[in-house]
Amino acid sequence: MLGPFWLTISMGIMVAALGFLYGSLFKVPLETYLPFLTLGILVWNLISGLITDACTALSASEGMIKEVRLPYSLYIFRMIWRNMIMFGHNIVVYLAVAVIFGIKPSLATLLVVPGLALVMLNAVSIGLLASIVCARFRDIPQIVSSLLQIMFFLTPIIWQPELLKDRHFLVHSNPFYHFVEIIRAPMLGHSVQLESWLYAGAVSLLGWLLALVFLGRYRRFIPYWV
Amino acid sequence: MASIHARNVSIIFPLYGGGSRSLKKTLANLGSGGRISEDASHRVIVHALRDISFSVQHGDRIGLIGPNGAGKSTLLRVLAGIYEPTGGSVRCDGQVVPLFNPSLGMEPEATGHQNIRLRGLLLGLRPQEIEAKRTEIGAFTELGNYLDMPVRTYSSGMALRLAFAISTCFVPEILLLDEWIGAGDAHFVEKAERRMQEVVAQSSIVVIASHSNDLIRRFCNKALYIEAGRVKAEGSVDDVLAAYTN
Repeated sequence: MLGPFWLTISMGIMVAALGFLYGSLFKVPLETYLPFLTLGILVWNLISGLITDACTALSASEGMIKEVRLPYSLYIFRMIWRNMIMFGHNIVVYLAVAVIFGIKPSLATLLVVPGLALVMLNAVSIGLLASIVCARFRDIPQIVSSLLQIMFFLTPIIWQPELLKDRHFLVHSNPFYHFVEIIRAPMLGHSVQLESWLYAGAVSLLGWLLALVFLGRYRRFIPYWV
Repeated sequence: MASIHARNVSIIFPLYGGGSRSLKKTLANLGSGGRISEDASHRVIVHALRDISFSVQHGDRIGLIGPNGAGKSTLLRVLAGIYEPTGGSVRCDGQVVPLFNPSLGMEPEATGHQNIRLRGLLLGLRPQEIEAKRTEIGAFTELGNYLDMPVRTYSSGMALRLAFAISTCFVPEILLLDEWIGAGDAHFVEKAERRMQEVVAQSSIVVIASHSNDLIRRFCNKALYIEAGRVKAEGSVDDVLAAYTN
């Protein structure tokens, strides 16, 4: 009966459980902590889902790649679309949290549009790059998923960056932080720091350059690798 | 006018075994100069096609013959644009449609109707063209109301009927076949056979790889005999089949 909204419910339960536990552990008031945590987890799930699925985007489509000629980007767009749909279902949890804690949208909230667009732009380039490399080396998806798990704890998602007394470089040199920020900050009604835009922009540029080089060089090997 | 021109087409590809697909072993191999894990460098290079040249004119029906592993399927995949030739060049004028696996892109969770749309899009049809063909495809499958049910609830015969009906619903300019395709129970087999003959008759060019000499004789006007990636004989069906069977 609920169908895909089971996703929403399980996300809601997880956020509520984590929120009560860590809110009291960190001694942060729930009305600031829960919205922060909810958005952090939503955006992290989107980003880590995109990266994990990118690794198998080509190798899981072996059957199609060997049967019919289609642009390889199609498999990437397919995986991005799937993750966007999941994000759309999960965002309902944040809407509920925002209503409960009375978070009002501001003009800065509009910045979520370029923020999401930038994440998607990177999903295409990282998707092409990761799917090609992972088609060649089959142990990379496992390496990527362990790295993502570590990054989940190193990125300010369950903890707020202000809790960090020194060692701010841990936050500011972490690209995941900036990609989470360009969606999380506007949705919380804050403006995004210029640093985050610059960082995310630089990663996009580098990612696209690498992706185009890889695609040009290795495209003809893809049907043999998958 | 559809045509195919292949000039000195070669395909060389590396075969990857277990070890060479692992980044860990490849790195260990690089770092130790090959002493730690030898198997990472055990990459077998296959010359699947060597110096293949031929041309196909509008109206030709080409039969590809040769023993298993001769390179027939590889050559079809080159014509389909799936493998890019390592050497030489291929030019196909006309819309190329490979029909290797009728069940390609079938989504078990989606309904029959959704699969018609999905497969149609994969074949390169526009949404309007698919809508125009929908009733015809539905009638051909004889699945009736089952088309509104997810494909995973179908028996394998029913799924194959649907797949066959969708993939043969329109006539391509250049049709590539890896063995003849058919589907279903005795009654449907006949129907499928007629449909395939129509599609083959109406396509501008057909290239079919088959082990059945009878099939090649029935449908083709020319044949290409390939062995170990090279063209051994080319010309009229009878001459080439004679060369092959000797």
